[in-house]
Amino acid sequence: MSQMPQLAACPSCEWPLESGDRFCGACGYDLSVVPAPPRDNPTLTMNGAAPPPPSASEAVPVDWPAAPAAGGPGTSPPVHLPDDIPGRDSGDSEPPAGVRFDRRAEPDEYPLAAPGAPGAPGAPDMPTAPDAPSPSAPSGAPAASDAPASPAVPTVPAAPAASAAPQAVDPRTTDPVTPPAGTKTCVACRAGRVDRDGYCENCGHAQPRERDHMEQELDAVAAVSDRGLRHHRNEDAFAVSATALSDGSPAVIAIVCDGVSSATRPDDASLAASRAANESLLESLPRGAHPQQAMHDAIVAASKAVNSLAQEPETVHEQAPYQNSPACTLVGAVVTPTLLIVGWVGDSRVYWVPADRSAPPARLTEDDSWAAQMVAAGLMSEAEAYADERAHAITGWLGADAYELEPHTASFKPDRPGVVVVCTDGLWNYAETAGEMAEAVPLDAPLRPLHTAQVLVGHALDGGGHDNVTVAVLPFPAPSQGAGSA
Amino acid sequence: MANFSKSNVPQFSVDVYQNEYLPEGGREVNAIVTVSATGGGTIGSAVAAPHLYSPGQGPSAAVALMVDCSGSMDYPPTKMRNARDATAAAIDTLRDGVHFAVIGGTHVAKEVYPGNGRLAVADATTRGQAKQALRRLSAGGGTAIGTWLRLADRLLSSADVAIRHGILLTDGRNEHESPEALKATLDACAGRFTCDARGVGTDWEVKEVTGIASALLGTADIVADPAGLAADFTHMMETAMGKEVADVSLRLWTPVGTTIKYVKQVAPTVEELTDRRTEAGPRAGDYPTGSWGDESRDYHVCVEVPAAGIGQEMLAARVSLVIPQPDGSAQSLGAQGLVRAVWTDDMAASTSINPQVAHYTGQAELAQAIQQGLDARKAGDIDGATAKLGRAVQLASVSGNSDTAKLLAKVVDVVDAAAGTVRLKAKVEEADEMTLETRSTKTVRVKK
Repeated sequence: MSQMPQLAACPSCEWPLESGDRFCGACGYDLSVVPAPPRDNPTLTMNGAAPPPPSASEAVPVDWPAAPAAGGPGTSPPVHLPDDIPGRDSGDSEPPAGVRFDRRAEPDEYPLAAPGAPGAPGAPDMPTAPDAPSPSAPSGAPAASDAPASPAVPTVPAAPAASAAPQAVDPRTTDPVTPPAGTKTCVACRAGRVDRDGYCENCGHAQPRERDHMEQELDAVAAVSDRGLRHHRNEDAFAVSATALSDGSPAVIAIVCDGVSSATRPDDASLAASRAANESLLESLPRGAHPQQAMHDAIVAASKAVNSLAQEPETVHEQAPYQNSPACTLVGAVVTPTLLIVGWVGDSRVYWVPADRSAPPARLTEDDSWAAQMVAAGLMSEAEAYADERAHAITGWLGADAYELEPHTASFKPDRPGVVVVCTDGLWNYAETAGEMAEAVPLDAPLRPLHTAQVLVGHALDGGGHDNVTVAVLPFPAPSQGAGSA
Repeated sequence: MANFSKSNVPQFSVDVYQNEYLPEGGREVNAIVTVSATGGGTIGSAVAAPHLYSPGQGPSAAVALMVDCSGSMDYPPTKMRNARDATAAAIDTLRDGVHFAVIGGTHVAKEVYPGNGRLAVADATTRGQAKQALRRLSAGGGTAIGTWLRLADRLLSSADVAIRHGILLTDGRNEHESPEALKATLDACAGRFTCDARGVGTDWEVKEVTGIASALLGTADIVADPAGLAADFTHMMETAMGKEVADVSLRLWTPVGTTIKYVKQVAPTVEELTDRRTEAGPRAGDYPTGSWGDESRDYHVCVEVPAAGIGQEMLAARVSLVIPQPDGSAQSLGAQGLVRAVWTDDMAASTSINPQVAHYTGQAELAQAIQQGLDARKAGDIDGATAKLGRAVQLASVSGNSDTAKLLAKVVDVVDAAAGTVRLKAKVEEADEMTLETRSTKTVRVKK
């Protein structure tokens, strides 16, 4: 088939085109000279006009992770220990569901131990693990392919890597938060002063804004957010904090939100959501709420915060004719000495990368996206679904115009140390599978979360930086000492 | 009713309508800048309460009425009579305290009232005296409009007032003065007072009258039937009485490396301003807009910026309103708008055209097509005239400019408005053609 980008209208005269047209029927514009749109996957909502699907024959096979066979090894969800987690369900009180599965349970995604590694020391924590592994289980494949992945840096022991790292850090990620107020000289032309609107008085260039690059580091968590290379502002936001559970054990929180670009004020939405969720967790965890319930409540609180933006006059004023509620995705993780709780709405993700790289990494969230839904409904294979233009359109988000809010939460009991990577699609577009993500995570990640987050952001920028990138890194288990309240 | 709660100082606001997204390598930034002044003397208030302002209240103003008294005004004699009545109606519309003078124009300018190089201050007595003086107006002599304007300038500048305005009526060509002399007079008067110009009958030159109004930032129109003069003069004077602040300039700041392709007023009429720039400090320039009452005007600003990479954002222009002071400084009117450029690889964003920009681009083309079409028609180029006027009919129809469409329909037979198919009428009333030419620059605002 044609390599030409599918254009809806002639770029020269706006004449409507049909697929396969080589020249504009009205003005004769040569459509082959139109540059292909870059491979960008902006976050869109589903209630916009969806582009027409390309025919199935056009679907390019993409190296997406193998889909877990639906209902594959017919086992019950193995990782959740109902006895450990009272009242875990987020959406309703249905007792046995440890995870809110919007569709058939897909057990293979959730084991954090190496199912294919029989002697894994974590077995005691995984009572149902023996049920899970089967030689043909899809998760076995990533495990196998990950094993050779580790040797990619085999000759560099951890310590030298650590010492060499300061030089190796991508300079883009180490820029301090640029203070536009402090230096009044334009960063673009170095000649003009910066006016009150944030533009240079000489060359007119917009100055870096505070949110263009943000970093934060606490004892046991770090997060980095970057505008990326193609977007003009950073619509992502994060919040990280540490607190203590009612029994005194530490709990570390990371929330990451991705503003929906097609909505009004997406940057405000993500900031409001991340703050509200963080504050809700800081409030409820020390009071003894179960972390998973607390995560559910935090998502509800974040949703309310985003909804309330829609009523603000600023929103109404900004784009009156195209009224569109502020919206964002949310993903959060809470790490305690024994538990890892995740919660999400939308297509931002959590990955688990064990410290021992011989154990398989895993993706812990299931996107609220068109592709994920098509696969779950059995209508398309994963390869087909993700090759579709609509693959990244999200079907769940926080915002006044969202369909019924369905916060997803899940609780895990990892049987070994590792790191939790909480990120927006700006990162996972460049490291989609758990294996690819594990490859991108430095080996010393549990010791240097900030460095790890910087490296991951650098990974996305090196890949093209098509979207805003936000990454939070939390080592598991949460260090049991020194975790005071934030 | 007059709104008494309104303050006399107008509040200016600036709104910018644009698609700020450019494709990679894109350089041209277009924006429609809507400037609105509110809170000044409402234009309608002079009607409801013509003497709302007591002397000393409201903006101080001076008005010069210039009435053509050349010999042709007696053919037919109703023309002179109507001109007299119209001037009387305009004098009745003057609010108390406004300085005014009446000038009779031929190949020389005569002071009709009050005389002796002075201005009268409007009140019941002076209004009565002025109307008495009008009876002495008689036709005879030639036409040298430049002399009228120079006298008006001399009289208006004798009063220390905020608003200076002229109203000029002519019925013939500027025959007793070279075009260069008139041009020199207009250059000398520009910025010193504003002036509305009217042509009565059909023996005058459209380009002369529109040129005067354009140079002096006023309106131009045709009054083909002299009987319509009184209503038109009353309306013009009401508008002049509604002006609150004079000599307002549109200040445009652009960054280094940027070229301004054009700046033009696009509503209520198309008025090219690009060449009227006065430099105002580094990278800034002022474009004159004249005096303002309660009103809103739209400007089309087109700048070319240096290309920047995807994801970059820059300020392409900063638009503000100022009143330049004689000492070179400027009083800011507090309103400003930002024209931005953001480079994106989102084709949907960068290829869409802002509806306001598209609308006024069409309106400007409409005005140009009418001008070119009528010029071609006069030159005997039937094909060229048909093509241009056909395009004008099409543009007027698409943009909903029904007034202009009606005027066009008097000059051409419209076969298919949507396709722009027209035939030139074999016989066209001279008044219709002149009306179309005079009003070709009138635009309609975008439908919200």
